[in-house]
Amino acid sequence: MGKVEELFKRSSEIMKKSLAGLDYDKFEIKNISFDYDALLNSVPYDIYEISKIQKEFKVGGTPLYELKNINKIVKKLSKPGYGAKILLKDEANNASGSFKARRASLSVFHAKKMGFKGVVAETSGNYGAAVASQAAQMNLKAIIVQEVFDSKWIGQPEILEKGRACEAYGAEVWQMTVGPELFYMTLLILNETGYFNASLYTPYAIKGIETLGYEIALEVKERYGKYPDYVLVTHAGGGNVTGTKRGLILGGAKDTKVIGVSVDLRGLHMASDRDFNRKSFTTGHTGFGVPFMVKPDRTDVPRNAARPLRYIDDYLIVSQGEVFYTTILLAQIEGLERGPAGNTSLAAAIPLARELPEDKIIVVQETEYTGAGKHPFAQLTFAKKMGIEIVKGNPEQNVPGKKIVIPEDVSELRYEKVDLEEIKKSYLKNALKDINEITKEDLKFLKEEINEKDSDFVERYLYEKGVKIYG
Amino acid sequence: MLKKGDYVEIKITILKPDERAENLPQDTKLVPYEGKVRGYLTFDGEIGKEVEIETPIGRRVKGILLGLAKEYIHNFGEPIRELIDIGKKVKEKYLKE
Repeated sequence: MGKVEELFKRSSEIMKKSLAGLDYDKFEIKNISFDYDALLNSVPYDIYEISKIQKEFKVGGTPLYELKNINKIVKKLSKPGYGAKILLKDEANNASGSFKARRASLSVFHAKKMGFKGVVAETSGNYGAAVASQAAQMNLKAIIVQEVFDSKWIGQPEILEKGRACEAYGAEVWQMTVGPELFYMTLLILNETGYFNASLYTPYAIKGIETLGYEIALEVKERYGKYPDYVLVTHAGGGNVTGTKRGLILGGAKDTKVIGVSVDLRGLHMASDRDFNRKSFTTGHTGFGVPFMVKPDRTDVPRNAARPLRYIDDYLIVSQGEVFYTTILLAQIEGLERGPAGNTSLAAAIPLARELPEDKIIVVQETEYTGAGKHPFAQLTFAKKMGIEIVKGNPEQNVPGKKIVIPEDVSELRYEKVDLEEIKKSYLKNALKDINEITKEDLKFLKEEINEKDSDFVERYLYEKGVKIYG
Repeated sequence: MLKKGDYVEIKITILKPDERAENLPQDTKLVPYEGKVRGYLTFDGEIGKEVEIETPIGRRVKGILLGLAKEYIHNFGEPIRELIDIGKKVKEKYLKE
Protein backbone atom coordinates (compact mmCIF):
# COMPACT_ATOMS: atom_id res chain seq x y z
CA MET A 1 0.00 0.00 0.00
CA GLY A 2 1.29 3.46 -0.93
CA LYS A 3 1.56 6.25 1.61
CA VAL A 4 -1.45 8.05 0.13
CA GLU A 5 -3.72 5.02 0.62
CA GLU A 6 -2.27 4.40 4.07
CA LEU A 7 -3.15 7.89 5.30
CA PHE A 8 -6.57 7.80 3.61
CA LYS A 9 -7.40 4.67 5.62
CA ARG A 10 -7.18 6.84 8.73
CA SER A 11 -9.00 9.77 7.18
CA SER A 12 -12.33 9.33 9.00
CA GLU A 13 -10.56 9.20 12.36
CA ILE A 14 -8.50 12.32 11.52
CA MET A 15 -11.64 14.07 10.26
CA LYS A 16 -13.67 13.34 13.35
CA LYS A 17 -10.94 14.75 15.59
CA SER A 18 -10.38 17.79 13.39
CA LEU A 19 -14.10 18.61 13.31
CA ALA A 20 -14.54 18.73 17.07
CA GLY A 21 -16.13 15.28 17.20
CA LEU A 22 -18.71 15.99 14.50
CA ASP A 23 -19.59 12.38 13.72
CA TYR A 24 -20.86 12.07 10.16
CA ASP A 25 -21.62 8.38 10.70
CA LYS A 26 -24.59 9.19 12.87
CA PHE A 27 -26.28 10.99 9.96
CA GLU A 28 -25.90 8.04 7.59
CA ILE A 29 -29.04 6.14 6.56
CA LYS A 30 -29.00 2.79 4.75
CA ASN A 31 -28.14 2.55 1.75
CA ILE A 32 -27.12 5.74 0.05
CA SER A 33 -28.95 8.38 2.09
CA PHE A 34 -28.00 10.60 4.95
CA ASP A 35 -29.97 13.06 7.05
CA TYR A 36 -28.94 16.36 5.46
CA ASP A 37 -31.17 18.52 7.65
CA ALA A 38 -29.84 16.91 10.82
CA LEU A 39 -26.25 17.53 9.67
CA LEU A 40 -26.98 21.23 9.06
CA ASN A 41 -28.97 21.50 12.29
CA SER A 42 -26.02 20.09 14.24
CA VAL A 43 -24.54 23.61 14.10
CA PRO A 44 -25.34 25.06 17.51
CA TYR A 45 -25.95 28.66 16.33
CA ASP A 46 -29.06 30.19 14.80
CA ILE A 47 -29.15 32.96 12.18
CA TYR A 48 -29.29 35.74 14.81
CA GLU A 49 -26.29 34.36 16.69
CA ILE A 50 -24.39 33.89 13.44
CA SER A 51 -25.11 37.51 12.40
CA LYS A 52 -23.92 38.71 15.81
CA ILE A 53 -20.70 36.66 15.64
CA GLN A 54 -20.02 37.93 12.11
CA LYS A 55 -20.63 41.55 13.06
CA GLU A 56 -18.17 41.19 15.92
CA PHE A 57 -15.50 39.96 13.50
CA LYS A 58 -16.07 42.56 10.75
CA VAL A 59 -18.28 40.47 8.48
CA GLY A 60 -21.72 41.10 6.97
CA GLY A 61 -23.95 44.15 6.70
CA THR A 62 -22.41 44.92 3.29
CA PRO A 63 -23.93 47.62 1.06
CA LEU A 64 -26.54 46.79 -1.57
CA TYR A 65 -26.25 49.13 -4.55
CA GLU A 66 -28.56 49.85 -7.43
CA LEU A 67 -26.35 49.82 -10.56
CA LYS A 68 -27.89 52.94 -12.07
CA ASN A 69 -25.80 53.31 -15.22
CA ILE A 70 -25.85 49.63 -16.03
CA ASN A 71 -29.62 49.64 -15.49
CA LYS A 72 -29.99 52.61 -17.87
CA ILE A 73 -28.17 50.64 -20.56
CA VAL A 74 -30.23 47.53 -19.88
CA LYS A 75 -33.40 49.60 -20.37
CA LYS A 76 -32.09 51.02 -23.66
CA LEU A 77 -31.30 47.53 -24.92
CA SER A 78 -34.66 46.04 -23.93
CA LYS A 79 -38.03 46.17 -25.66
CA PRO A 80 -40.64 48.50 -24.09
CA GLY A 81 -41.76 47.36 -20.64
CA TYR A 82 -38.69 45.18 -20.22
CA GLY A 83 -35.31 45.56 -18.47
CA ALA A 84 -35.19 44.33 -14.88
CA LYS A 85 -33.43 46.31 -12.17
CA ILE A 86 -29.98 44.98 -11.15
CA LEU A 87 -28.74 45.39 -7.57
CA LEU A 88 -25.25 44.47 -6.39
CA LYS A 89 -24.32 43.20 -2.93
CA ASP A 90 -20.84 44.58 -2.38
CA GLU A 91 -19.30 41.70 -0.46
CA ALA A 92 -15.78 43.06 -1.06
CA ASN A 93 -16.46 45.12 2.06
CA ASN A 94 -16.14 42.15 4.39
CA ALA A 95 -12.88 41.76 6.35
CA SER A 96 -10.44 40.10 3.87
CA GLY A 97 -12.44 41.35 0.87
CA SER A 98 -14.93 38.68 -0.13
CA PHE A 99 -18.08 36.82 0.92
CA LYS A 100 -15.80 33.96 1.99
CA ALA A 101 -15.37 35.80 5.29
CA ARG A 102 -18.91 34.67 6.10
CA ARG A 103 -17.93 31.01 5.69
CA ALA A 104 -14.69 31.43 7.57
CA SER A 105 -16.06 33.42 10.52
CA LEU A 106 -18.33 30.72 11.85
CA SER A 107 -15.80 27.90 11.34
CA VAL A 108 -13.02 29.78 13.05
CA PHE A 109 -15.33 30.96 15.85
CA HIS A 110 -16.42 27.38 16.47
CA ALA A 111 -12.82 26.14 16.42
CA LYS A 112 -11.91 28.74 19.04
CA LYS A 113 -14.90 27.87 21.19
CA MET A 114 -14.04 24.17 21.06
CA GLY A 115 -10.51 24.88 22.28
CA PHE A 116 -8.51 24.31 19.09
CA LYS A 117 -5.15 26.07 18.79
CA GLY A 118 -5.39 26.55 15.06
CA VAL A 119 -7.29 26.01 11.83
CA VAL A 120 -6.37 24.43 8.49
CA ALA A 121 -8.01 25.22 5.15
CA GLU A 122 -7.41 23.70 1.74
CA THR A 123 -8.16 26.42 -0.82
CA SER A 124 -6.61 28.42 -3.65
CA GLY A 125 -9.39 30.97 -3.43
CA ASN A 126 -10.46 33.96 -1.36
CA TYR A 127 -11.35 31.53 1.40
CA GLY A 128 -7.69 31.30 2.47
CA ALA A 129 -7.43 35.01 3.22
CA ALA A 130 -10.83 34.84 4.91
CA VAL A 131 -9.73 32.06 7.27
CA ALA A 132 -6.40 33.78 7.92
CA SER A 133 -8.13 37.10 8.66
CA GLN A 134 -10.66 35.54 11.03
CA ALA A 135 -7.96 33.48 12.76
CA ALA A 136 -5.84 36.61 13.17
CA GLN A 137 -8.71 38.32 15.02
CA MET A 138 -9.54 35.33 17.20
CA ASN A 139 -5.90 34.63 18.05
CA LEU A 140 -5.77 31.23 16.41
CA LYS A 141 -3.01 29.90 14.15
CA ALA A 142 -3.91 29.42 10.50
CA ILE A 143 -2.42 27.07 7.90
CA ILE A 144 -3.58 27.51 4.32
CA VAL A 145 -2.85 24.83 1.72
CA GLN A 146 -3.08 26.08 -1.86
CA GLU A 147 -2.69 24.63 -5.34
CA VAL A 148 -0.45 27.29 -6.92
CA PHE A 149 2.21 26.10 -9.35
CA ASP A 150 2.67 23.90 -12.37
CA SER A 151 5.73 21.62 -12.33
CA LYS A 152 7.90 24.50 -13.65
CA TRP A 153 6.92 26.60 -10.60
CA ILE A 154 4.86 28.97 -12.70
CA GLY A 155 1.78 30.28 -10.92
CA GLN A 156 -1.36 32.16 -11.90
CA PRO A 157 -1.19 35.80 -10.77
CA GLU A 158 -4.64 35.47 -9.21
CA ILE A 159 -3.55 32.62 -6.93
CA LEU A 160 -0.18 34.20 -6.14
CA GLU A 161 -2.08 37.22 -4.84
CA LYS A 162 -4.32 35.05 -2.71
CA GLY A 163 -1.22 33.44 -1.18
CA ARG A 164 0.29 36.84 -0.47
CA ALA A 165 -2.92 37.91 1.25
CA CYS A 166 -2.85 34.83 3.51
CA GLU A 167 0.74 35.68 4.48
CA ALA A 168 -0.28 39.29 5.10
CA TYR A 169 -2.78 38.02 7.69
CA GLY A 170 -0.02 35.99 9.37
CA ALA A 171 -0.80 32.49 8.12
CA GLU A 172 1.55 29.61 7.30
CA VAL A 173 1.01 29.12 3.57
CA TRP A 174 1.75 25.91 1.65
CA GLN A 175 2.03 26.58 -2.06
CA MET A 176 1.65 23.23 -3.77
CA THR A 177 2.03 22.00 -7.34
CA VAL A 178 -0.98 20.85 -9.39
CA GLY A 179 -2.86 17.80 -8.24
CA PRO A 180 -5.78 16.38 -6.28
CA GLU A 181 -3.24 15.38 -3.62
CA LEU A 182 -3.98 18.76 -2.05
CA PHE A 183 -6.37 16.78 0.12
CA TYR A 184 -3.59 14.36 1.09
CA MET A 185 -1.41 17.30 2.09
CA THR A 186 -4.24 18.76 4.17
CA LEU A 187 -4.81 15.45 5.93
CA LEU A 188 -1.08 15.21 6.69
CA ILE A 189 -1.16 18.65 8.29
CA LEU A 190 -4.40 18.00 10.21
CA ASN A 191 -2.92 14.77 11.52
CA GLU A 192 0.34 16.45 12.51
CA THR A 193 -1.14 19.56 14.15
CA GLY A 194 -4.50 18.46 15.58
CA TYR A 195 -5.93 21.77 14.32
CA PHE A 196 -9.56 22.33 13.30
CA ASN A 197 -10.51 21.43 9.72
CA ALA A 198 -11.96 24.72 8.48
CA SER A 199 -13.10 23.01 5.28
CA LEU A 200 -15.31 24.94 2.86
CA TYR A 201 -17.80 22.11 3.01
CA THR A 202 -18.65 21.64 6.69
CA PRO A 203 -22.08 22.70 7.99
CA TYR A 204 -20.35 25.68 9.69
CA ALA A 205 -19.04 26.97 6.36
CA ILE A 206 -22.53 26.76 4.85
CA LYS A 207 -24.45 28.21 7.80
CA GLY A 208 -22.04 31.14 7.68
CA ILE A 209 -23.35 32.08 4.21
CA GLU A 210 -27.01 32.02 5.22
CA THR A 211 -26.67 35.57 6.54
CA LEU A 212 -25.93 36.74 2.98
CA GLY A 213 -29.25 35.45 1.61
CA TYR A 214 -31.01 36.64 4.74
CA GLU A 215 -29.64 40.20 4.45
CA ILE A 216 -30.63 40.35 0.77
CA ALA A 217 -34.20 39.19 1.49
CA LEU A 218 -34.77 41.72 4.27
CA GLU A 219 -33.06 44.67 2.64
CA VAL A 220 -34.77 44.30 -0.75
CA LYS A 221 -38.16 43.85 0.97
CA GLU A 222 -37.63 46.96 3.02
CA ARG A 223 -36.47 49.13 0.11
CA TYR A 224 -38.66 47.88 -2.73
CA GLY A 225 -41.64 46.45 -0.88
CA LYS A 226 -41.06 42.95 -2.25
CA TYR A 227 -38.50 40.18 -2.26
CA PRO A 228 -36.06 39.94 -5.17
CA ASP A 229 -37.24 37.87 -8.11
CA TYR A 230 -33.81 36.47 -8.90
CA VAL A 231 -30.53 36.18 -7.02
CA LEU A 232 -27.53 35.44 -9.21
CA VAL A 233 -24.72 33.54 -7.54
CA THR A 234 -21.23 32.85 -8.88
CA HIS A 235 -21.10 29.07 -8.67
CA ALA A 236 -18.06 26.88 -8.01
CA GLY A 237 -18.08 24.32 -5.18
CA GLY A 238 -21.76 24.91 -4.42
CA GLY A 239 -21.56 26.52 -0.98
CA ASN A 240 -22.60 29.95 -2.18
CA VAL A 241 -25.72 28.67 -3.97
CA THR A 242 -26.64 26.46 -0.99
CA GLY A 243 -26.10 29.00 1.78
CA THR A 244 -27.63 31.92 -0.12
CA LYS A 245 -30.85 30.05 -0.94
CA ARG A 246 -31.17 28.77 2.63
CA GLY A 247 -30.72 32.33 3.91
CA LEU A 248 -33.29 33.72 1.47
CA ILE A 249 -35.82 31.18 2.72
CA LEU A 250 -35.02 32.10 6.34
CA GLY A 251 -35.64 35.74 5.40
CA GLY A 252 -39.04 34.87 3.96
CA ALA A 253 -38.04 35.03 0.26
CA LYS A 254 -39.31 31.54 -0.51
CA ASP A 255 -40.16 32.21 -4.15
CA THR A 256 -36.95 34.00 -5.10
CA LYS A 257 -35.14 32.06 -7.82
CA VAL A 258 -31.49 31.31 -7.23
CA ILE A 259 -29.47 31.12 -10.42
CA GLY A 260 -25.92 29.79 -10.44
CA VAL A 261 -23.45 31.27 -12.92
CA SER A 262 -20.03 29.86 -13.87
CA VAL A 263 -17.28 30.83 -16.26
CA ASP A 264 -16.92 28.41 -19.15
CA LEU A 265 -13.75 26.34 -18.83
CA ARG A 266 -15.14 23.23 -20.46
CA GLY A 267 -12.47 21.15 -22.13
CA LEU A 268 -9.68 22.01 -19.70
CA HIS A 269 -8.67 19.25 -17.29
CA MET A 270 -8.55 20.47 -13.69
CA ALA A 271 -5.78 18.06 -12.66
CA SER A 272 -3.60 18.65 -15.72
CA ASP A 273 -0.18 20.18 -15.18
CA ARG A 274 -0.38 21.75 -18.64
CA ASP A 275 -3.97 23.01 -18.56
CA PHE A 276 -3.54 24.50 -15.09
CA ASN A 277 -2.04 27.76 -16.32
CA ARG A 278 -4.23 28.01 -19.38
CA LYS A 279 -7.23 28.93 -17.28
CA SER A 280 -7.71 32.64 -16.82
CA PHE A 281 -10.11 32.09 -13.94
CA THR A 282 -9.18 30.07 -10.89
CA THR A 283 -12.65 29.87 -9.35
CA GLY A 284 -16.31 30.35 -10.20
CA HIS A 285 -15.83 28.15 -13.26
CA THR A 286 -17.37 25.02 -14.75
CA GLY A 287 -14.34 22.94 -13.69
CA PHE A 288 -15.74 23.10 -10.16
CA GLY A 289 -19.34 24.02 -10.89
CA VAL A 290 -20.33 20.89 -12.79
CA PRO A 291 -18.40 18.17 -10.89
CA PHE A 292 -19.59 19.46 -7.50
CA MET A 293 -23.22 19.36 -8.62
CA VAL A 294 -23.11 15.85 -10.04
CA LYS A 295 -20.99 14.43 -7.22
CA PRO A 296 -21.08 16.70 -4.16
CA ASP A 297 -19.29 14.33 -1.80
CA ARG A 298 -15.96 14.64 -3.62
CA THR A 299 -14.61 16.91 -0.87
CA ASP A 300 -12.38 17.01 2.17
CA VAL A 301 -15.21 16.03 4.54
CA PRO A 302 -17.23 12.77 4.59
CA ARG A 303 -20.47 14.49 3.52
CA ASN A 304 -20.56 17.81 1.76
CA ALA A 305 -22.91 20.33 3.38
CA ALA A 306 -22.91 22.30 0.10
CA ARG A 307 -25.49 20.57 -2.09
CA PRO A 308 -26.29 22.97 -4.93
CA LEU A 309 -28.73 20.75 -6.82
CA ARG A 310 -31.09 20.95 -3.83
CA TYR A 311 -31.28 24.72 -4.21
CA ILE A 312 -30.37 25.87 -7.71
CA ASP A 313 -33.23 26.98 -10.00
CA ASP A 314 -31.17 27.56 -13.14
CA TYR A 315 -27.54 27.31 -14.19
CA LEU A 316 -25.98 29.75 -16.65
CA ILE A 317 -22.53 29.84 -18.24
CA VAL A 318 -20.62 32.88 -19.48
CA SER A 319 -17.22 33.18 -21.18
CA GLN A 320 -14.00 34.51 -19.67
CA GLY A 321 -13.95 37.49 -22.05
CA GLU A 322 -17.47 38.50 -21.02
CA VAL A 323 -16.56 38.53 -17.34
CA PHE A 324 -13.43 40.62 -18.00
CA TYR A 325 -15.55 43.02 -20.08
CA THR A 326 -18.12 43.32 -17.29
CA THR A 327 -15.39 43.85 -14.68
CA ILE A 328 -14.02 46.86 -16.57
CA LEU A 329 -17.57 48.09 -17.25
CA LEU A 330 -18.36 48.02 -13.51
CA ALA A 331 -15.24 50.09 -12.80
CA GLN A 332 -15.65 52.59 -15.62
CA ILE A 333 -19.38 53.32 -15.46
CA GLU A 334 -20.31 52.40 -11.88
CA GLY A 335 -17.07 53.45 -10.17
CA LEU A 336 -16.56 50.07 -8.49
CA GLU A 337 -13.24 48.37 -9.20
CA ARG A 338 -13.72 44.78 -8.07
CA GLY A 339 -12.08 41.42 -8.77
CA PRO A 340 -13.11 39.46 -11.87
CA ALA A 341 -14.24 36.15 -10.34
CA GLY A 342 -16.96 37.79 -8.24
CA ASN A 343 -18.31 39.54 -11.33
CA THR A 344 -19.14 36.26 -13.07
CA SER A 345 -22.80 36.51 -12.10
CA LEU A 346 -22.95 40.20 -13.05
CA ALA A 347 -21.89 39.25 -16.59
CA ALA A 348 -24.98 37.01 -16.84
CA ALA A 349 -27.26 39.47 -15.03
CA ILE A 350 -27.01 42.06 -17.83
CA PRO A 351 -28.36 39.88 -20.68
CA LEU A 352 -30.86 38.22 -18.31
CA ALA A 353 -32.24 41.61 -17.18
CA ARG A 354 -32.94 42.52 -20.82
CA GLU A 355 -35.35 39.58 -21.15
CA LEU A 356 -37.29 40.28 -17.95
CA PRO A 357 -40.16 42.74 -17.32
CA GLU A 358 -39.08 46.07 -15.84
CA ASP A 359 -40.71 45.45 -12.46
CA LYS A 360 -38.46 42.46 -11.75
CA ILE A 361 -35.47 42.72 -9.41
CA ILE A 362 -32.22 40.83 -9.88
CA VAL A 363 -29.63 40.78 -7.09
CA VAL A 364 -26.04 39.97 -7.98
CA GLN A 365 -24.97 38.79 -4.58
CA GLU A 366 -21.21 39.05 -4.55
CA THR A 367 -18.18 41.14 -5.35
CA GLU A 368 -14.58 40.44 -4.32
CA TYR A 369 -11.61 42.74 -3.71
CA THR A 370 -9.27 43.49 -6.56
CA GLY A 371 -5.53 44.11 -6.55
CA ALA A 372 -2.27 43.02 -8.14
CA GLY A 373 -2.86 39.62 -9.75
CA LYS A 374 -6.61 39.65 -9.16
CA HIS A 375 -7.29 41.97 -12.04
CA PRO A 376 -8.29 41.48 -15.70
CA PHE A 377 -5.06 43.14 -16.90
CA ALA A 378 -2.92 40.80 -14.78
CA GLN A 379 -4.84 37.70 -15.81
CA LEU A 380 -4.78 38.59 -19.50
CA THR A 381 -1.10 39.61 -19.50
CA PHE A 382 -0.39 36.16 -18.07
CA ALA A 383 -2.73 34.48 -20.56
CA LYS A 384 -0.83 36.08 -23.46
CA LYS A 385 2.46 34.73 -22.03
CA MET A 386 0.90 31.27 -21.94
CA GLY A 387 0.13 31.56 -25.66
CA ILE A 388 -3.57 32.35 -25.37
CA GLU A 389 -5.01 34.59 -28.04
CA ILE A 390 -6.87 37.73 -26.92
CA VAL A 391 -9.19 39.29 -29.49
CA LYS A 392 -12.24 41.51 -29.74
CA GLY A 393 -15.34 40.04 -31.24
CA ASN A 394 -18.32 37.81 -30.70
CA PRO A 395 -18.09 35.98 -27.33
CA GLU A 396 -19.40 32.83 -28.99
CA GLN A 397 -15.95 32.46 -30.60
CA ASN A 398 -14.38 31.93 -27.16
CA VAL A 399 -12.34 28.70 -26.76
CA PRO A 400 -11.26 27.94 -23.15
CA GLY A 401 -7.47 27.64 -22.91
CA LYS A 402 -6.94 28.90 -26.49
CA LYS A 403 -8.82 32.09 -27.22
CA ILE A 404 -10.39 34.78 -25.06
CA VAL A 405 -12.86 36.98 -26.92
CA ILE A 406 -13.71 40.40 -25.48
CA PRO A 407 -17.13 41.64 -26.65
CA GLU A 408 -17.17 44.79 -28.81
CA ASP A 409 -20.30 46.12 -27.13
CA VAL A 410 -22.39 45.55 -24.01
CA SER A 411 -25.25 44.33 -26.24
CA GLU A 412 -23.13 41.28 -27.14
CA LEU A 413 -23.10 39.92 -23.58
CA ARG A 414 -25.05 36.66 -23.47
CA TYR A 415 -25.30 33.53 -21.44
CA GLU A 416 -25.72 29.86 -22.15
CA LYS A 417 -28.32 27.97 -20.19
CA VAL A 418 -27.19 24.57 -18.97
CA ASP A 419 -29.71 21.74 -19.16
CA LEU A 420 -30.26 21.01 -15.46
CA GLU A 421 -32.11 17.80 -16.30
CA GLU A 422 -28.89 16.39 -17.75
CA ILE A 423 -27.00 17.48 -14.62
CA LYS A 424 -29.63 15.82 -12.43
CA LYS A 425 -29.33 12.60 -14.44
CA SER A 426 -25.54 12.68 -14.00
CA TYR A 427 -26.05 13.15 -10.27
CA LEU A 428 -28.34 10.11 -10.16
CA LYS A 429 -25.90 8.08 -12.25
CA ASN A 430 -23.12 8.81 -9.75
CA ALA A 431 -25.29 8.24 -6.69
CA LEU A 432 -26.55 4.90 -8.04
CA LYS A 433 -23.23 3.56 -9.31
CA ASP A 434 -23.22 -0.26 -8.88
CA ILE A 435 -26.63 -0.15 -7.12
CA ASN A 436 -29.62 -2.23 -8.25
CA GLU A 437 -31.96 -1.78 -5.30
CA ILE A 438 -32.74 1.18 -3.06
CA THR A 439 -35.02 1.79 -0.10
CA LYS A 440 -38.03 4.12 0.10
CA GLU A 441 -35.89 6.34 2.31
CA ASP A 442 -33.27 6.46 -0.48
CA LEU A 443 -35.95 7.47 -2.96
CA LYS A 444 -37.05 10.35 -0.72
CA PHE A 445 -33.40 11.38 -0.31
CA LEU A 446 -32.70 11.34 -4.05
CA LYS A 447 -35.81 13.43 -4.72
CA GLU A 448 -34.62 16.00 -2.20
CA GLU A 449 -31.06 15.89 -3.52
CA ILE A 450 -32.07 17.01 -7.01
CA ASN A 451 -35.05 19.13 -5.96
CA GLU A 452 -37.64 16.94 -7.70
CA LYS A 453 -39.87 16.26 -4.70
CA ASP A 454 -43.15 16.86 -6.54
CA SER A 455 -42.35 15.12 -9.82
CA ASP A 456 -41.70 11.56 -10.91
CA PHE A 457 -38.28 12.46 -12.38
CA VAL A 458 -36.40 10.08 -10.06
CA GLU A 459 -38.93 7.24 -10.44
CA ARG A 460 -38.70 7.48 -14.22
CA TYR A 461 -34.92 7.39 -14.07
CA LEU A 462 -34.95 4.36 -11.76
CA TYR A 463 -37.38 2.57 -14.05
CA GLU A 464 -35.23 3.27 -17.12
CA LYS A 465 -32.11 1.96 -15.37
CA GLY A 466 -33.88 -1.04 -13.84
CA VAL A 467 -33.20 0.01 -10.23
CA LYS A 468 -35.77 -1.52 -7.83
CA ILE A 469 -37.28 0.04 -4.71
CA TYR A 470 -37.80 -2.25 -1.73
CA GLY A 471 -39.00 -1.86 1.86
CA MET B 1 25.27 30.56 3.45
CA LEU B 2 22.10 31.99 4.99
CA LYS B 3 21.91 32.93 8.64
CA LYS B 4 19.73 31.72 11.48
CA GLY B 5 16.68 33.98 11.63
CA ASP B 6 16.70 34.81 7.89
CA TYR B 7 13.21 34.70 6.32
CA VAL B 8 13.54 32.00 3.67
CA GLU B 9 11.67 29.66 1.38
CA ILE B 10 12.02 25.87 1.42
CA LYS B 11 10.82 23.18 -0.95
CA ILE B 12 9.44 19.80 0.06
CA THR B 13 8.74 16.82 -2.18
CA ILE B 14 5.58 15.26 -0.79
CA LEU B 15 5.15 12.46 -3.34
CA LYS B 16 7.46 11.06 -6.01
CA PRO B 17 5.86 10.46 -9.45
CA ASP B 18 5.29 6.75 -8.70
CA GLU B 19 3.61 7.55 -5.37
CA ARG B 20 1.03 9.94 -6.84
CA ALA B 21 -2.74 9.46 -6.86
CA GLU B 22 -4.34 7.24 -9.47
CA ASN B 23 -6.43 8.57 -12.36
CA LEU B 24 -4.19 11.58 -12.97
CA PRO B 25 -3.70 12.95 -16.46
CA GLN B 26 -0.42 11.70 -17.95
CA ASP B 27 1.33 15.11 -17.79
CA THR B 28 0.69 15.37 -14.05
CA LYS B 29 1.59 11.75 -13.33
CA LEU B 30 5.13 12.27 -14.68
CA VAL B 31 6.09 14.96 -12.18
CA PRO B 32 6.49 14.87 -8.38
CA TYR B 33 4.01 16.48 -6.00
CA GLU B 34 5.85 19.33 -4.31
CA GLY B 35 5.26 22.42 -2.22
CA LYS B 36 6.93 25.55 -0.92
CA VAL B 37 6.56 27.21 2.46
CA ARG B 38 8.21 30.24 4.07
CA GLY B 39 9.65 30.85 7.52
CA TYR B 40 12.70 31.73 9.63
CA LEU B 41 15.86 29.58 9.50
CA THR B 42 16.40 27.90 12.87
CA PHE B 43 20.16 27.38 12.12
CA ASP B 44 22.54 28.74 9.48
CA GLY B 45 21.97 26.83 6.24
CA GLU B 46 23.18 26.40 2.66
CA ILE B 47 21.04 26.77 -0.44
CA GLY B 48 20.19 23.34 -1.85
CA LYS B 49 20.73 21.57 1.48
CA GLU B 50 18.16 20.39 3.99
CA VAL B 51 17.32 22.96 6.67
CA GLU B 52 14.69 23.56 9.32
CA ILE B 53 12.49 26.65 9.46
CA GLU B 54 10.03 28.09 11.92
CA THR B 55 6.89 29.12 10.04
CA PRO B 56 5.05 32.40 10.77
CA ILE B 57 2.81 30.53 13.24
CA GLY B 58 5.80 28.93 15.02
CA ARG B 59 5.74 25.41 13.57
CA ARG B 60 9.01 23.73 12.68
CA VAL B 61 9.30 22.23 9.20
CA LYS B 62 12.23 20.65 7.30
CA GLY B 63 12.94 20.98 3.59
CA ILE B 64 15.45 21.99 0.92
CA LEU B 65 16.56 25.60 1.25
CA LEU B 66 15.72 27.59 -1.90
CA GLY B 67 16.99 30.97 -0.68
CA LEU B 68 15.71 34.13 0.91
CA ALA B 69 11.93 34.49 0.50
CA LYS B 70 11.57 36.03 -2.94
CA GLU B 71 9.72 39.23 -3.76
CA TYR B 72 6.07 39.04 -4.74
CA ILE B 73 6.27 39.30 -8.51
CA HIS B 74 2.60 39.28 -9.42
CA ASN B 75 1.44 42.70 -10.57
CA PHE B 76 -1.34 44.47 -12.43
CA GLY B 77 -0.04 43.40 -15.84
CA GLU B 78 -0.01 45.64 -18.89
CA PRO B 79 -2.97 47.79 -19.92
CA ILE B 80 -4.97 45.48 -22.17
CA ARG B 81 -5.90 47.31 -25.37
CA GLU B 82 -9.11 45.30 -25.78
CA LEU B 83 -10.33 46.40 -22.32
CA ILE B 84 -9.18 49.95 -21.61
CA ASP B 85 -11.86 51.89 -23.51
CA ILE B 86 -14.95 49.86 -22.63
CA GLY B 87 -16.40 52.60 -20.40
CA LYS B 88 -15.68 55.36 -22.90
CA LYS B 89 -17.42 53.54 -25.74
CA VAL B 90 -20.44 52.61 -23.64
CA LYS B 91 -20.80 56.19 -22.37
CA GLU B 92 -20.69 57.59 -25.90
CA LYS B 93 -23.23 55.12 -27.19
CA TYR B 94 -25.70 54.77 -24.29
CA LEU B 95 -25.15 57.41 -21.62
CA LYS B 96 -24.90 60.72 -23.51
CA GLU B 97 -26.42 63.48 -21.34
